[in-house]
Amino acid sequence: MQPLITISHVEKSFGTMPVLRDISMTIAKGECACIIGPSGSGKSTLLRCINGLVPVTSGSILVDSIEVNDPHLDKLALRRKVGIVFQQYNLFPHKTAIQNIAMAPIHVLNRPKDEAYENARRLLAKVKLSEKADAYPGELSGGQQQRVAIARSLAMNPMVMLFDEVTAALDPETKKEVLFTIRDLAAEGMTCVLVTHEMGFASEVADHVYFTDGGRIVEAGTPTEIFKAARNERTRAFLSQVL
Amino acid sequence: MRPVQSSSLPVLLTPNRTARDPLPSLTAIIQSRLLFVSLLGTFFISCGISAAYSAAGAQPSLSILDVLLKWAPLVFGGFLFNIAVSIASMALGTASGLLLGLGQISPSRPISKTSWFLTQFFRNSPWLVLLFFAMFLLPFDLKIGSVTVPLPAWFKAIIGLALPVMANVAEIVRGGIKSIPLSQWESAESLAFSRRQILWQIILPQAFKRMIPPWMNLYAILTMATTLISVVGIQDSMTLTKAALVAEGRLDLYLPFYMMLLLMFFAYCYPIARLTQSLESRVAVKF
Amino acid sequence: MMDAIAHWFKWLSNQHGINYSVFFDNYDQTLFLKGLKTTIILSLACIALSILVGLIGAWLQGSRIRAARVGTAMFVQFFRNTPPLVQLAFFYYAVSALLPTVTDSFGAQTPLINNLGWAIISFSLFAGAFNIEIFRSGIEAVPSAMTEAAESLGYTRFQIYRIVVIPIAFRICLPSLGNNLVNLVKTTTLAYAIGVPELLYASAQIWSEAMNVREMMVLLLITYVALVAILVAVMQRWEKSLRVPGYVS
Ligand SMILES: Nc1ncnc2c1ncn2[C@@H]1O[C@H](COP(=O)(O)OP(=O)(O)OP(=O)(O)O)[C@@H](O)[C@H]1O
Ligand SMILES: [Mg+2]
Repeated sequence: MQPLITISHVEKSFGTMPVLRDISMTIAKGECACIIGPSGSGKSTLLRCINGLVPVTSGSILVDSIEVNDPHLDKLALRRKVGIVFQQYNLFPHKTAIQNIAMAPIHVLNRPKDEAYENARRLLAKVKLSEKADAYPGELSGGQQQRVAIARSLAMNPMVMLFDEVTAALDPETKKEVLFTIRDLAAEGMTCVLVTHEMGFASEVADHVYFTDGGRIVEAGTPTEIFKAARNERTRAFLSQVL
Repeated sequence: MRPVQSSSLPVLLTPNRTARDPLPSLTAIIQSRLLFVSLLGTFFISCGISAAYSAAGAQPSLSILDVLLKWAPLVFGGFLFNIAVSIASMALGTASGLLLGLGQISPSRPISKTSWFLTQFFRNSPWLVLLFFAMFLLPFDLKIGSVTVPLPAWFKAIIGLALPVMANVAEIVRGGIKSIPLSQWESAESLAFSRRQILWQIILPQAFKRMIPPWMNLYAILTMATTLISVVGIQDSMTLTKAALVAEGRLDLYLPFYMMLLLMFFAYCYPIARLTQSLESRVAVKF
Repeated sequence: MMDAIAHWFKWLSNQHGINYSVFFDNYDQTLFLKGLKTTIILSLACIALSILVGLIGAWLQGSRIRAARVGTAMFVQFFRNTPPLVQLAFFYYAVSALLPTVTDSFGAQTPLINNLGWAIISFSLFAGAFNIEIFRSGIEAVPSAMTEAAESLGYTRFQIYRIVVIPIAFRICLPSLGNNLVNLVKTTTLAYAIGVPELLYASAQIWSEAMNVREMMVLLLITYVALVAILVAVMQRWEKSLRVPGYVS
C-alpha cells in the first residue's frame, strides 16, 4: 500500500546549526507513529516541517502526494490534510470553544455557518465537552482546552493528525482525558504522528516508535522492539532514565 | 571566569563585565546615531526648502545659516533656562509628590481620601490650565512673620509646573508600592517590624527601582512642558525664538529656526528616553 | 429651572462677590459654550486622526521595506521627544508660511489651513506617534504561538491579522490607548497659544472682562476633569464590552 507520508533524507538547520539530519521514515494510512527522544533532539521541528510551518533545508516530504519541499507548495491544500495540536493549546482566547472549532471551516474552507457549527457541535460531543460549547478558553481547564484544540484541528477533516507533546503541560489526572481522546482517534483509524514523553501510552497505541537524538533517527521499530529490546546503546540509556 | 591579573589592570576597570552590560548596547548607540544624523539631515533639508523659497523673491542679505548662527547662542541661553526650570519643578514636584503618594496609602482614611482626591484632580487637569492657575492665583508676595518675600513670576511658573508633576509622582509612588507583593508586608509584620519600618526599610527600597523609569519619563515630559511658560509671558527659548524671528522679519527663517529649537529639545529628551527604556527592560528582567 | 440657577448665581455675585458670570450673563455663557464646543470638536477630531496615524504607523513598522520602518521610527521618536507646543508653532508659523494662500469669500487672502486646522494636524501627529508605539507593542504582545496555530489551520497572512492578531492586540492596547487619549484631550489646551477659541481661550476672554479669574479657574478645572472623566468612562465601557471571561491581557 502507498504510504500516506514519505519523508526522505530531510535536513534542516537554523542558521548554521543543524537540527534535523538525514531523516527518513514512512507512515502508512491508519498508522500511529510515536516519536520519542531527549529534549532538543528536533522532534517538534520535524512535526513543523511536515506541516509546512518551517521550511526544510533539503530532502523531500510527501504528504498524500503533495511535496512539502516545493517553492510553489499550495499551503492551504497541505493544511487541509494535516492537523497539528501543540503543547500550549493555543486556542484563540477571544472566541468561545465552539467558535474556535467552527472558525477555520468558515473562513478557510468557506463552509456555510450552520453546517460548520453543527459539525463543531458533533466534534465537541466527540471530545466529551458538549456542555462547554459557549465557554471561553480562559474558563476551561488545561485538559479541556487541549481537547477543544484537538477538535479544532479535526474540524478541518485532516487525513493525518500531528500531536506535539500535547500532555506535557497537564497534571496526571487531566492528562488521561486527553490521552483517551487520542487513543479513540487512533482506534477509529486516524493516522497519527505523536511526539510524547508518555512511554506507557506510546507502547499502548503506537504501531511504530522512532527514537531521535541529535537530529537523527537513532532507532526505529515496533513498541516491543524499542521498549523491551532496544539494540542501540543511546536508546537504552534514554529509556532507562525515563522509565 | 577569566583569571584576574590585578597588577596589569587599572583599578577602576572591573575585569569581568557581567552578561548584562551596564552600557547601552552597540547597536542601540549606532541606531541612535543614525537617528541623529538623519534628523540633522532633515534640518538642513528644511534650510534648503526655505532657501529655495526665498530665492524666488528678493535675495536676502545674509544666508540662512549665518542668521541662524547669529541667534543660536541667545536661543540656547533660553533653552538652558528651560532646563533650569525643569530641574526646579522636578525637585519641588518630587518632594511633594512623595508625600502625597505616601498619604494615599496612609491608614488614616481622611488623609488617604484627601491625597487620592488631590492626586486625581491635578493629574487629570491640563498642564497649561494649572500653570495659569498658579500664575493668577498665587499672591504677589509671601508674608512670613514680618518678612515679606516677593514671589516673582518665574517662581510661580515653577510652582505651576510642579503641581501636575506632584500628582504624577504621587501616582508613581503609589504604583511602585502597590507592585510589591503583599507577602512582603506580611512576612515583615511577622518579624515584628513596625509599619514605618516596613515601609522605609523593606517596601520602599524595592519599589524605588521600579519607580525610576516612570519618574525619568515624567521628567522628559516636564522638560518639554516648560515651553508652556512662554504662553504666560515668561521669557524662555520659545519666546526668544519668536523674538528673533520678529526682529529678522523674514518668512524663510521660520522653518529653520523652529527646527533648531525642536532639535535642542530632542537632543536633550531623546537620550533620556533611551536610558529610561534600557532601565525599564532591565527592571522587567529582574523581577 | 435654568432661570433659578441663573438667579442664584446672580445673587451669589451681588451678595458675596463670587462671580460665576457664565451662569447668568448671556454673552459670557455663549462664549464659554462655544469654547466648550470647540474643545470637544478639536478633541474628537484629534482622537480619530491620531488613531488613524497610529494604525498606519504600526502597519508601516511591520513592513518589509526597510525605509518605511526607519522612517516610521524616526517620526515616532521625533514627535515623542520634542515639545508639542513647539511642534504646533512649527506647523502654524513655519509650515503654514510655505503653503499657498487662498482667496476667501470676501476676496481677502487667507491661509490654506486655519489655526484650528493646524491644531488638529499637530496634535494628531503628536498623539499619533504615541499610538504607533502602543499599537506596535500590542501586536508584539500577541503570542507567536497564536499566529502559528492560525497558520496551521490554513489561514492566510491577512486573515491571521484580521481574525486573530488585531482582536487580541486591540484588547491588550486599550488601557494605554485610553491613557494617551486622556493626555490628548489635555493637550488641546495648547491651541490657546495660536488663538484657537477653545475652552481656555474663551475663559481667558471672560476673565479679562469680568475680572473673575478665580471663579473661571475653578470652573475650567472642573470642566476639564469632567471631560476627562467622560472619556475614561467611555473607554472603560468599551474595554468591558470587549472583555473575554477568564482572559487577562
Ligand atoms: N525557530 C528556531 N530558531 C532557531 N533555533 C531553533 C528554532 N526552533 C528550534 N530551534 C532549535 O532546534 C533544536 C531542536 O528543537 P526542537 O524544538 O525541535 O526540539 P524538541 O525535540 O522538540 O525538544 P523538546 O522535547 O524540548 O520539545 C533546539 O536546539 C532548538 O534550540
Ligand atoms: Mg518540542
